[in-house]
Amino acid sequence: MMGGVAYPMLTVVTFFPLIGVLVLLFIDKESKNLIRWVAFITTVIEFILSMPLYFRFHLGTYHYQFVERIPWIKILGASYHLGVDGISLFLVLLTTFLTMLSILASWSIEKHVKEYMISFLLLETTMIGVFCALDMLLFYLFWEAMLVPMYLLIGVWGGPRRVYAAIKFFLYTMAGSVLMLVSIIFLYYHHYKVTGELSFSLIKLLATPVPAVVAPWLFLAFALAFAIKVPMFPFHTWLPDAHVEAPTAGSVILAGVLLKMGTYGFIRFCMPFFPHASLRFTGLFLVLAVISIIYGALVALVQDDMKKLVAYTSVSHLGLVMLGMFALTLQSVTGGLLQMVNHGISTGALFLLVGMAYDRRHTRLIKDYGGIARVMPIYSAFFLIATLSSIGLPGLNGFVGEFLALVGTFKSHPVFGALGATTSVLSACYMLWLVKRVFYHEITVTENLSLKDLGFREVVICLMFSIPMFWIGIYPKPVLKRMEPSVAHFIAQVKGEAAMAIEHSPQAKEKMSLAAYLVEERKVEVRP
Amino acid sequence: MKLWVLGAVFIPLLGAAVNGIFLWITKKKAHLIAVPALFASCICSLVVLSKVLGGAHADFDLYLWIPVGKFVVPVGFLIDELSAVMLATVSFVAAWIHLYSIGYMEHETPRGYAKYFCWLNLFTFFMLLLVSANNFLLMFVGWEGVGLCSYLLIGYWYEKASAANAGMKAFVTTRLGDLGFMIGLFAIYKYYGSLMFANVFSHASILSSSLITVITLLLFVGAVGKSAQFPLYVWLPDAMEGPTPVSSLIHAATMVTAGVYMVARCHALYNLAPFSAEIVASIGAFTALFAATIALVNNDLKRVLAYSTISQLGYMFIGVGVGVYAAGIFHLFTHAFFKGLMFLTAGSVMHVLHGELNMQKMGGLIKKMPITGWTFVVGALAISGIPPFSGFWSKDEILAGAFFHGHPVVWIVGTFTAFLTAFYMFRLIFLTFFGKPRDAHLYEMAHESPPVMTIPLIVLAIGSALAGFFALGPHGGIVGFLNKTLGETVAHGKEAAGVGHLLLIISVAMGVLGIALAYSMYIRRVPDPVVMARTLRPIYTLLYNKYYVDEVYFAFIINPLVGGSRYVLWKFMDVAIIDGVVNGIGRLCRLVGSGVRQFQTGYIPDYVWMILVGAVVIYWIGILF
Repeated sequence: MMGGVAYPMLTVVTFFPLIGVLVLLFIDKESKNLIRWVAFITTVIEFILSMPLYFRFHLGTYHYQFVERIPWIKILGASYHLGVDGISLFLVLLTTFLTMLSILASWSIEKHVKEYMISFLLLETTMIGVFCALDMLLFYLFWEAMLVPMYLLIGVWGGPRRVYAAIKFFLYTMAGSVLMLVSIIFLYYHHYKVTGELSFSLIKLLATPVPAVVAPWLFLAFALAFAIKVPMFPFHTWLPDAHVEAPTAGSVILAGVLLKMGTYGFIRFCMPFFPHASLRFTGLFLVLAVISIIYGALVALVQDDMKKLVAYTSVSHLGLVMLGMFALTLQSVTGGLLQMVNHGISTGALFLLVGMAYDRRHTRLIKDYGGIARVMPIYSAFFLIATLSSIGLPGLNGFVGEFLALVGTFKSHPVFGALGATTSVLSACYMLWLVKRVFYHEITVTENLSLKDLGFREVVICLMFSIPMFWIGIYPKPVLKRMEPSVAHFIAQVKGEAAMAIEHSPQAKEKMSLAAYLVEERKVEVRP
Repeated sequence: MKLWVLGAVFIPLLGAAVNGIFLWITKKKAHLIAVPALFASCICSLVVLSKVLGGAHADFDLYLWIPVGKFVVPVGFLIDELSAVMLATVSFVAAWIHLYSIGYMEHETPRGYAKYFCWLNLFTFFMLLLVSANNFLLMFVGWEGVGLCSYLLIGYWYEKASAANAGMKAFVTTRLGDLGFMIGLFAIYKYYGSLMFANVFSHASILSSSLITVITLLLFVGAVGKSAQFPLYVWLPDAMEGPTPVSSLIHAATMVTAGVYMVARCHALYNLAPFSAEIVASIGAFTALFAATIALVNNDLKRVLAYSTISQLGYMFIGVGVGVYAAGIFHLFTHAFFKGLMFLTAGSVMHVLHGELNMQKMGGLIKKMPITGWTFVVGALAISGIPPFSGFWSKDEILAGAFFHGHPVVWIVGTFTAFLTAFYMFRLIFLTFFGKPRDAHLYEMAHESPPVMTIPLIVLAIGSALAGFFALGPHGGIVGFLNKTLGETVAHGKEAAGVGHLLLIISVAMGVLGIALAYSMYIRRVPDPVVMARTLRPIYTLLYNKYYVDEVYFAFIINPLVGGSRYVLWKFMDVAIIDGVVNGIGRLCRLVGSGVRQFQTGYIPDYVWMILVGAVVIYWIGILF
């Protein structure tokens, strides 16, 4: 157990929100303010509890830290196994950070406040669980459990087409997850076949490479589940619907954390499990990533609805993350990883800001605004900062991630790096055009004349968002240093093991068809 | 040394931070922070320059910024002759323009006033960062940062649609150039393994010349965007929507020259890529001529100056393109004075005429505003290359460089452009300051600007008049000084002094000729410009409409892109095809479900039938396989 702490930190961080849920259960549903405060304080404590993960994180090692492991379902070989490394650390912190601010941004929710807050806290636990779980069964449990509160958040507290959007989100994700489950079971079974040991442990499963004939299929099954989540073109159409219908805080979490689970899945499971297949499909994913970047940006450019616009920018930004990850250089993967965090911050902030405008005007159509910089100067200032962070202006967080991802990609795949770099121009086009239409010009709609600028609570939220934007932009070293060893290990895993797989796989097995392999499987199955 | 450099660069940032965060407190007193911050920075820069004159250099890191594996980029500063001259030029001109702004912006709202000074300080910080960075990435930070401030300041009067549009146009167009620049940086990192100037330039020759050509061309794309060269110059004329001191500082004296600085900074690379250098010089020459022709007929005071800036930037690129880097930077230096000055005088005119920019409505203003008028004349003489004013020295260096380094065509274009320059500048002067007032009402309103505005004019006018004499210092003057960094060994002047003098006479003659023609046309009215415009209508229309470049961009790039995105990508691809398939799958499931539901009748006899049929089918399948 690294970290040298007296209490099981990750368990506490993962399950602390449930204590808040427990408290909420005993509060009368009419005392809405109390409920809000309890939920908010829970998430603040949660955020504080997650901070030691950052400070006590050991630099210079890729090993999992703060590891906890106890047997869970012995008969299946599943264990309760948690741990973080440089890859998941910042995603956990991002989750606690965004959840805290999302709760604070949910003050305007009036409908079923208690249920809303409970859903949110449940969501937080499951999200952190996804990032910490090192046991495949545990991971899958959290992964699926997460869908339920998110489904409710969209379906109950969402906009007019919320039911359609919620079901679309749920079914789409489910479709991918089911294939992933099949693959997990296959890995589990294969591990048993080879070693005779039943285990869902990520580390053990990784140590048992799958035969080259099935690897591509398993890879694609995993990849589909995660690509839907990312979302990559052409599996992205659930996203605009889910975002537009979700309540503001739901969008923040959806964009800020849930999408990262897709990219996290690639870097944690999909690519290390099937290094050979990953390399084989690199071309496909680089192409899809570049299409996502450009296509997402161009479609974002022409949206009439602010929230939908920001939603499409996620497709573009996450495309960049995927590009960096599949380019497989230290800089590109680190950049992609950092971009996951940056996107959570900047897009989270943008969704919140759009939500603040919606709270006032109850419209998200760009044409209903215009000239509001004059009546809402503070709001405009924060919106501009979030915009600049999102379009990767040097000095703010977005630039560091974007540049690293692209410079690394260019190193291994110059053409894709150059194509990916178009994001810098396209993002400026769609965001600045949005800013121009919403904030500049004279006010033409009379309702906008009486808009109130941000209140204290909202300013606090915006300030909180600005801190990491400037911090990561100006001094990203502490973040990068924590990521680097894990990223280097990841690359070695994918590249090194792929090389080994090619070297050691006997000729005969290479030629064996998938069907033959499955038949062989069946024979083995009969034996016990 | 370190402290002076940090002081020069970061004091403006501090000023920006104070005004930015305490906007609601500083209000109309914002200048009390902003202006001293700039003068402090200016003093620091001059100290740095004096130390460099004494032979000191510095290359130091403040802290590690982005370290990932072998990719290590610090926040660090490089002080040599080139950056010291740039630091001093930028901070000196910026300081006086800050002072001038107090008068120019006096009628703004308190919040707007503080915001303005915050951004102007921030701009200066980024510009100083740009010229003092010791690596490409930090230079890029400054590069993009000045772009941001330019965007904000152009759109300062954001309620005006034209200002809001111009800001966005400037940012997006320059970012298009920056895309090239960024890819250039990727390539530098990929092939040189570092983004530090010291590492890259000392190993410049390890790459094949074709690779260096590609890299330098990519970098130049960035310069074309930032320094408003053809075909990305279109944002600069529109940028005149910003407050005039901004046009003066950002869009004349400093930011737009960043591209020239960058090429000069990368001279080690451009020296190894003759093709790229050729492109730089050609684009420069073409732009110089192209923009000058547009300036001939424009009636907007600031727009003429904007096209003139584009044209002069072209000259600078000729300089750095033909290999006389020091001459290019020298012209940058003198241009900062005289063009900064001319914009400020234009601002002074606008200020008293309540924003009027149409020269056709002016005339005779020199009687009402003598300081403004005469300082403008000094600036115009400088740009026209009349000795002993500063522009003469620097322009001559460039043209002589072009001639002696084997670019006769560039020389011809440059010399002819000098004629056009003198003509349109004095056309502007005669229309604005001399002759009879054409609008009595406007003329009545005119008066001299307050001292806070005229003092900077006088300071810059002195600079415009005398800055050229730096060329006469010991050891080759400023050119020799810069050449310590820029490493140009061939002293062309000594080789062919006779030819050099001839060139000099030709270029001065061109300037005089231009002035004379302007005098004859706009004071004597022979030939009458109105008649000329009528007889040469097609040419006049083409020039007056700026060759329809904006219209072409809209018709062939912007509109197809937006329309295609909306109707093809979004409405068709995304909604109809992809989402159609997704919803189609959902609908298919429902359809199958409702079909299969028919079997679920609830009647036992039906189920018995089905069981029977099923059993038979399975039996047959069993037999078949």
